[in-house]
Amino acid sequence: MIYLELFLTFLQIGAVSFGGGYAMISLIREKVLMHGWLTEEELLNMIAVSESTPGPIAVNMATFVGSMQGGILGSFLATLGVVLPSFIIILIIAALIRNFLKYKGVQAFLGSIRPCVVGLILATAITMLMSTLFSFKNIDSTVIPDIKGLIIFFMIAVAAAVTKKIRKKPLSPILLILISAGLGMVMYSI
Amino acid sequence: MKKYLNLFFIMLKIGLFTFGGGYAMIALLENEFVSKKKWIEKNEFLDMVAIAESTPGPIAINSATYIGYKMLGFFGALIATVAVCIPSFIIIYAISLFFDAFLSFTLVSYAFRGIQVCVIWLILSAGLKMLKQMKKTPFNIVILSIVITCMVAFSVFSVSFSTIFYILISGAVGLFVYLIGSLRGRKEADK
Repeated sequence: MIYLELFLTFLQIGAVSFGGGYAMISLIREKVLMHGWLTEEELLNMIAVSESTPGPIAVNMATFVGSMQGGILGSFLATLGVVLPSFIIILIIAALIRNFLKYKGVQAFLGSIRPCVVGLILATAITMLMSTLFSFKNIDSTVIPDIKGLIIFFMIAVAAAVTKKIRKKPLSPILLILISAGLGMVMYSI
Repeated sequence: MKKYLNLFFIMLKIGLFTFGGGYAMIALLENEFVSKKKWIEKNEFLDMVAIAESTPGPIAINSATYIGYKMLGFFGALIATVAVCIPSFIIIYAISLFFDAFLSFTLVSYAFRGIQVCVIWLILSAGLKMLKQMKKTPFNIVILSIVITCMVAFSVFSVSFSTIFYILISGAVGLFVYLIGSLRGRKEADK
């Protein structure tokens, strides 16, 4: 039953991903790869689309995956799933527990989740880097470096670092995505 | 009734114009609800931001639910949350209908190969930025290194271990350390 599966999977994602945005990507990645709903490349495409369209990444992801797997109803149920935990938790906090963040136990719990989330994001970036740019998915796969991809990665990193030095303001993700689209068209056409 | 409609349209507008996720949205929310309309006080808004960041789920949804509830109770929360989701739902649903066809153009697929690389870089730099802001206590560094090592190693050796466990175990360890600490504190106070 794909509808129930979509709903429950995105309900889980909504219920335990702390930190918003990029922090949710590691759990979304795990779930969509595990169910075979997206490949690594499709996932990266979708993150780019989410970054370039308005709205939270998690909602965009749920809508897209839901639509691919179960049409409009799948799309609706996945989005409902990812939003519902937030809605309920915030209602409870706003209505009942006014000093939620003042409890020492809550602080201790949330405080140690923070380094964990940073670790999850970094580890996700590392595994994505290995699997996309080196086709290194696990110990059995042969390493084939994607030279053109590595050159693009290097150019983006340099562009971002240089503009940050000169303009004191980082390049917006959308601009970086546009630059990399141009680089991709040029590099892979050669 | 007018207030409900007002809330609905403001949230719809915010949902339509927030690019780049939660943090971008908080600035827009503050502008609308604190500076312009004065529906929420500055202090209450800051409390809201802290809660939206520390609870699970997208920050944008958490903020919308909270503000909606504070303004107009349960139905306010419902209206605000639905309104903030509608734009992205419609846009992404429309994109999902023709995305595969779009990708079948060779040049577009090349562009997306470049974009994929960029996204990895974006995630990596987001992680590094958070690492810079993180308090470098020994406890935090231990948790961080264990999580990175385990996650990369498990993926290399194809061991399945859900992200959910990392989060819950880290939280539980933090709580445990705190409880031990406060228990010890109490014993010393008894002496």
